[in-house]
Amino acid sequence: MFSLAVFFQSFGPLFWAARYTLLISVLGIGLGIVIGTLICAARLSPYPQLRSFAGIWVSFLRGVPLLVQLLVFYYALPVIGLDVPAMVAAVVVVGICASAYISEIWRGAIAALPKGQAEAADAIGMTPVDVWTRVILPQAVALSLPALINELILLVKASSLVSVVGILEITRASQAQAATTFRPLEVYIAAACIYLLINLCLAALGRYIEHRTNV
Amino acid sequence: MLAASSVEMRKVNKYYGKFQALKDVDLSIPPGKVTCLIGPSGSGKSTLLRCINFLEEYDSGEVRIDGQLIGYDAPNKKMSGRKLREMRRSIGIVFQQFNLWPHMTAKENVAEGLIRVRRMSKADADRRASEALAKVGLADKFASHPSRLSGGQQQRVAIARAIAMEPKLMLFDEPTSALDPELVGEVLSVMRTLADEGMTMVVVTHEMGFAAHVADQVGFMEKGELIDIGSPDRILHRPQDARIQSFLRTYHERNSF
Repeated sequence: MFSLAVFFQSFGPLFWAARYTLLISVLGIGLGIVIGTLICAARLSPYPQLRSFAGIWVSFLRGVPLLVQLLVFYYALPVIGLDVPAMVAAVVVVGICASAYISEIWRGAIAALPKGQAEAADAIGMTPVDVWTRVILPQAVALSLPALINELILLVKASSLVSVVGILEITRASQAQAATTFRPLEVYIAAACIYLLINLCLAALGRYIEHRTNV
Repeated sequence: MLAASSVEMRKVNKYYGKFQALKDVDLSIPPGKVTCLIGPSGSGKSTLLRCINFLEEYDSGEVRIDGQLIGYDAPNKKMSGRKLREMRRSIGIVFQQFNLWPHMTAKENVAEGLIRVRRMSKADADRRASEALAKVGLADKFASHPSRLSGGQQQRVAIARAIAMEPKLMLFDEPTSALDPELVGEVLSVMRTLADEGMTMVVVTHEMGFAAHVADQVGFMEKGELIDIGSPDRILHRPQDARIQSFLRTYHERNSF
């Protein structure tokens, strides 16, 4: 029998654990945006070495599962003598992994702009810095917002993987809860509801931002 | 009277890989005059026009604005970006697809170059932008984004953006080709006003009426060559070259009904 009481009781501890899920996702996408922007800049730069470095960075991070990246990073650090808290390791790995996707989101948005946009700015004598900051980036950022929100939603779900390095986020907390109540079904459905709630809110936020930038 | 530039092109060649887009083009554009370039699509008209402000990099020959070489300091030695930007400040260009910045209002589109390139204060730039927009008949559209404007209005904002910089030379790259027929007139009339004020203008166009009535000289291009250049009357009404005759015959056939 499905126990509604257990189902509702699970929400308390799981909501509490959700703060780690959100923290990892938000810090992860923040770090991902910073690194992803640099990688994208390297990829579009006139220097062949930088371009190939960025290309390898993207292929490698997209080609290896996040779970494997997490485990490698987490177990590699002590080997080189670094004692990093699990939380820091998780944010760094999630951020680095997101950077590969985010740099591709930027690159796609920049490539989607008509060539005439930059030409019109070049033609009146604007400097390359002005061309980028005044003409290209404002449009590229607006174009990529839906894709960035999508990436954030993916990260919220992917953050369940950091449970393997011992962080008590939603998934890990529900495993613990299931083990003590012996009611895994109720607990995991509660966890699913919380993930869904977070992501529905993010999707609504995305629609709101998209609507604002369209006008 | 505006200060007006002259352009001298000597033996200009341009290649895209193996394809030669411009073949030894010689062209003199006198100050304060209107030069129209006509010819079939792909004949190199736009490429030639874009060599004048070095948006298109010519491979050999010379393009001089008021005697000063643009794009190169010497053969095979590119000009610095700073020097090129300096020269471009006094050359306006209007594109077929307008190329307005969609995230800015009409006034911001015009003021942007004044603030960033001319280093004007925001207040001065706004005043100058308003004047330029009023001049092209858009005094009531300052706050509109390009997406809210018709094609003809967008192109007039683009002209205002160029003239606000007080250029000495204006380039027009098929300015009416992307417009619905009923919107062509408003753009051409703004261009005619500029011509009357003594602006040096180079216009790539398919508007033979504009070429016939406004141009001081008309050049005909085909396959990367400037076949002939002369008075509108001689080129459009008494063409000597068989290629021009055939081009005009096709044009008239298409436009008669």
